[in-house]
Amino acid sequence: MKFSLQINEGPYQHQAADSAIQFTKAALAKGHEIFRVFFYHDGVNNATRLAIPPQDDRNITEQWVALQKEHNLDLVVCIAAAQRRGLIDEDEMKRQGKDANNIAEGFRISGLGQLIEAGIEADRLIVFGA
Amino acid sequence: MAKKFMYINRKPPYGTIYALESLEVVLIGAAFDQDVSLAFIGDGVYQLTKGQDTKAIAQKNFSPVYGALGDYEVTKIYIEKESLEERGLTLDDLQHLVWEDEDEDYAEKDSIRLVSRAELADVLDDQDIILSF
Repeated sequence: MKFSLQINEGPYQHQAADSAIQFTKAALAKGHEIFRVFFYHDGVNNATRLAIPPQDDRNITEQWVALQKEHNLDLVVCIAAAQRRGLIDEDEMKRQGKDANNIAEGFRISGLGQLIEAGIEADRLIVFGA
Repeated sequence: MAKKFMYINRKPPYGTIYALESLEVVLIGAAFDQDVSLAFIGDGVYQLTKGQDTKAIAQKNFSPVYGALGDYEVTKIYIEKESLEERGLTLDDLQHLVWEDEDEDYAEKDSIRLVSRAELADVLDDQDIILSF
């Protein structure tokens, strides 16, 4: 089956991202396809490469990046939600005249249309959090 | 073939950003020619109340945008009857949302459908995609 995932809550504050990572691993292990993972609301904070969780804790962003590398996942961060919350990539940094960027490699920033398309293309859209 | 998209709104309009960001998805999603419905349940019914004034909380009053949903061809807006009653509200407390039917010489029609909890469950059962905010 072809799944799309929507992540609505930030890492650590909420278990949504942890559950989504577990779901992704389990689905892929069973031979299912993950069409896209879409990060919305505070879920966009999953994409920052600047978070420093305690050493004895999991690193959620690194878990996403590792999954992305291994399975070529399409990790999409909503641009409107990201801009509000200070999550920007290098292109956006230049366009907006900001002095830094923070999106981890493996995530891409795009519009809400990607969420709708994820719903249209997948057999199931699973929402995590909120 | 178009899929049936249902956006369920469960939270009050202010206090958290869910209501506003839900509306942003609905407006973008309207461009995709899918079969769109909205439902307002629980404290979500407050999103549609008339006469919102947000000056005192220093936030943008985005409630007028709901009045434009008809222009985006979002014409099915379900309100859960029990949720209204539990909060001492009636349909008169909510915005009057309408859409214009091209097939009937742009006749103005009500977008709001007042349904019971049981009826809404049947509507949800019939959807392909449920996005809950």
